[in-house]
Amino acid sequence: MVTLTHYLVLSALLFVLGLFAVVTRRNGVAILMGIELMLNAANVNLVAFNKFTAPAAVQGQIFALIVITLAACEAAVGLALVLAAYRSLETIYVDEINLMKW
Amino acid sequence: MTHVAWIIPLLPLAAFGLIIFWGERLPGRGAYVSIAGIVLAALASLAVLGEVVGGARADLTYAWAIVGRRPLTVGVLVDPLSAMMLAMVGVVASLITIYSVGYMEGDPRYPRFFAYFSLFQFSMFFLVLADNFLFLYMAWELVGLCSYLLIGFWFERPVAARAALKAFITTRIGDFFLMIGILLVFLRVGSLRFDDIFRAIDLGGFGGPVLTVAALLVFGGAVGKSAQVPLHVWLPDAMEGPTPVSALIHAATMVAAGAFLVARTYPLFFHSPGHEALTGVAYVGGITALFAATMGLVEDDIKRVLAYSTMSQLGYMMLGLGVLGYSAGMFHLITHAFFKALLFLAAGSVIHAVATNSLKQMGGLARAMPVTFWTFLAGALALTGIPPFAGVFSKDAILLAAFTHDKVLWLLAAAGAFLTSLYMGRLCWYAFAGEYRGALPALAHGQGAGHGGSPRNVGQPGAALHESPSVMTVPLVILAVFSVFLGWAEGPFDRFVRFAGVEAPPASLGVLLVSVLVAVAGWLAAGVVYFWRIVPSEDLRRAFGPVYTLLVRKYYVDDLYAWVVLGLGGPAIRLAGLFDHYVVDGLVNLTGWVARQMGLGLRYVQTGRAENYLLLVFLGVVVIVLVTLAW
Amino acid sequence: MSGETVAFYVLAVITLGAGVIVVTSPNIVHSAVALIPAFLGVTGLYILLNAEFVAVIQVLIYAGAITVLILFVIMLTEGGTGLRVHQRNEQGVVGAAVAGAMAALLYAVVTRTAWGTGTGTLPAYTPGAIGQSFLGPNLLVFEGTSIVLLVSLIGAIIIARKED
Repeated sequence: MVTLTHYLVLSALLFVLGLFAVVTRRNGVAILMGIELMLNAANVNLVAFNKFTAPAAVQGQIFALIVITLAACEAAVGLALVLAAYRSLETIYVDEINLMKW
Repeated sequence: MTHVAWIIPLLPLAAFGLIIFWGERLPGRGAYVSIAGIVLAALASLAVLGEVVGGARADLTYAWAIVGRRPLTVGVLVDPLSAMMLAMVGVVASLITIYSVGYMEGDPRYPRFFAYFSLFQFSMFFLVLADNFLFLYMAWELVGLCSYLLIGFWFERPVAARAALKAFITTRIGDFFLMIGILLVFLRVGSLRFDDIFRAIDLGGFGGPVLTVAALLVFGGAVGKSAQVPLHVWLPDAMEGPTPVSALIHAATMVAAGAFLVARTYPLFFHSPGHEALTGVAYVGGITALFAATMGLVEDDIKRVLAYSTMSQLGYMMLGLGVLGYSAGMFHLITHAFFKALLFLAAGSVIHAVATNSLKQMGGLARAMPVTFWTFLAGALALTGIPPFAGVFSKDAILLAAFTHDKVLWLLAAAGAFLTSLYMGRLCWYAFAGEYRGALPALAHGQGAGHGGSPRNVGQPGAALHESPSVMTVPLVILAVFSVFLGWAEGPFDRFVRFAGVEAPPASLGVLLVSVLVAVAGWLAAGVVYFWRIVPSEDLRRAFGPVYTLLVRKYYVDDLYAWVVLGLGGPAIRLAGLFDHYVVDGLVNLTGWVARQMGLGLRYVQTGRAENYLLLVFLGVVVIVLVTLAW
Repeated sequence: MSGETVAFYVLAVITLGAGVIVVTSPNIVHSAVALIPAFLGVTGLYILLNAEFVAVIQVLIYAGAITVLILFVIMLTEGGTGLRVHQRNEQGVVGAAVAGAMAALLYAVVTRTAWGTGTGTLPAYTPGAIGQSFLGPNLLVFEGTSIVLLVSLIGAIIIARKED
């Protein structure tokens, strides 16, 4: 019997994986991939709650759809930034982008 | 006016503020502003005096802070004592300030002098009007500060700078006792207001040996400020300051603050069991009166003689207060202010003319400076207690009170009176009689052209001996008038300024006659030695050689203090210095060093990299949750 | 052991396993490609949760557009060489610890909370319900999202444009 808790634990683990990627990876694109994983985890949460605690309306799914859309926008803009950075700084490894560091 | 008496100190304070910032650009380079401040204050004081004589009183209090359960109130007290003091300070200070315009002319720091003068006048008025120990102590310290600033006014002279420091430190020792006394009173009574303290004493809540101790501690402050033995060593050296300073601060007002303090807190002394505190006060006063007079006898500096005279007369005031002669002591304070200020100003006039303080280089000045001479003589006669001048009334009142109270004290006082006449006579003969012994070309007929010049630039070829300008002589004349006629106000004064429970003893012609005889005898003896030279002073000096040495060395008190403080205390002083340099400064520097090290260390947290910051955010979340769960 | 349970665990393994590869692979291209099974696993979870429309959109947009976009950018930048550069920065250990702690915390919170159960059932045909909702109560959100899309489209073009 799959309960809400299962889904929530799963989404928590997925979220933590995404967090690990964001905090640990050097490649800018890898960081964005981590962000996508985190967003997916949030989505799973939303839809699971929708089914288990508020099934009368589809509000959770609506929310998840919006999140997907916005994730797409954000990925687009973020990747454009990575591209632009690569063009001018010759690198996509975020720890090498330190022109303004003391 | 009585109810806004607090304006009186503010007038010279405003003058101070104006002069200290814009002195050079003010009318008269600041002098006129200072004069305006003090004259207005004096007029207001006279108005207050008039009202208080008519029966007005005022005790305005204001809650300043909450200490413990009760509010700490401060305020202004206008009663006969303070009204009298206000008027005296106002009139005398006005005259001296006007005099200073002539005396200080040409001084490079002219405006600053008047600024300090005004500040002092503010402090003195403040002291007189205080209705609680807090204000009194504040004003007490302020007058000490102004005294320091003014004694060391010509600070380029190391002697003056040292004298200023000596004055400040010595009075500070007295102030320390005063502070302990105030704390003791506060602990016992819970309030610093005089009214509350006196009521507590009347109701019996504050008495016994503790009261005596408190009274004597408060008297300790007076001992310092009024140059009584043993804290007398600063007053002669304080003469390094300009003469107007000596006249105002070290003759008429600040040193009188000690006597005023005793009078103001008289219930503390009066109700101490067996009048023990009063006995202490009286003996200190009596001893000082005699002690100082003996030292004044051998001084060659005209101002120092007057300084010892002041010390002696302050002793008389303390003596008077101590033998329950409350009105007598205070009356002597008032009269003394006038004739001592006169004497100092006249001495300043002399110094101004001959460019030296040394009696050995004076002589024959009566012809060259007639106004100065006659006013000085008036002051001297008043001081020594020759009727009908002012001094005899007040001095005789003290002697009478001493006679009825304690014969020993009366003997001390009478001996002091003899010596007073002796040294004043000596002073007068040396300075004004005979032939001029100094270096300046003497004028055959003394006539004053209004020639100014500070004591430091007279003495050039061509500057002949002459009378001082009228801006200096007019105050002299006014003060002389007071010295002559003020004595007749004794009766009204005694009815006006009095302490309930103290009655003046019945007048005794016998005591009065003895007083006058003693004074006249002193003048005659001075004449014998110094004028008619029947017994020349050189012979006396040889005959009483060791005594003479003892007096000239000021009973070795200065040497003793130097040995005790610097010799015995030297290691402690050095230790304190090291402590201050390494521990206190070290701690301060340590806090700075720690802050810097923290900064140097913490700056590594700002890596500029977002992934570090993000990690810290989540780390923080984890920590917060764990801490919240663990609590 | 019902089919739903089995399906759930299989999908969980796929999703999390692919996720691990995404976050730990030294080869960035392997990471990007591993995104696909991760997203598809999530799709399966959506289907289990009766959110068919969302599942389809997930495939289209995530596994389709976003993954391809990521691969594009990898190829256009230096990741495409496939060289094994060390990918983990200096805070790997602490990051892992923090991540583990977060996981534990979240697990603790989730399992200890009594989530309520809702009343009612999901509509059988979710696309219809979603469509009705978008044109009804959630119209404002819908229109707003479209504006965001427009803006990000323009923004991405401008940012990524070659300077000439």
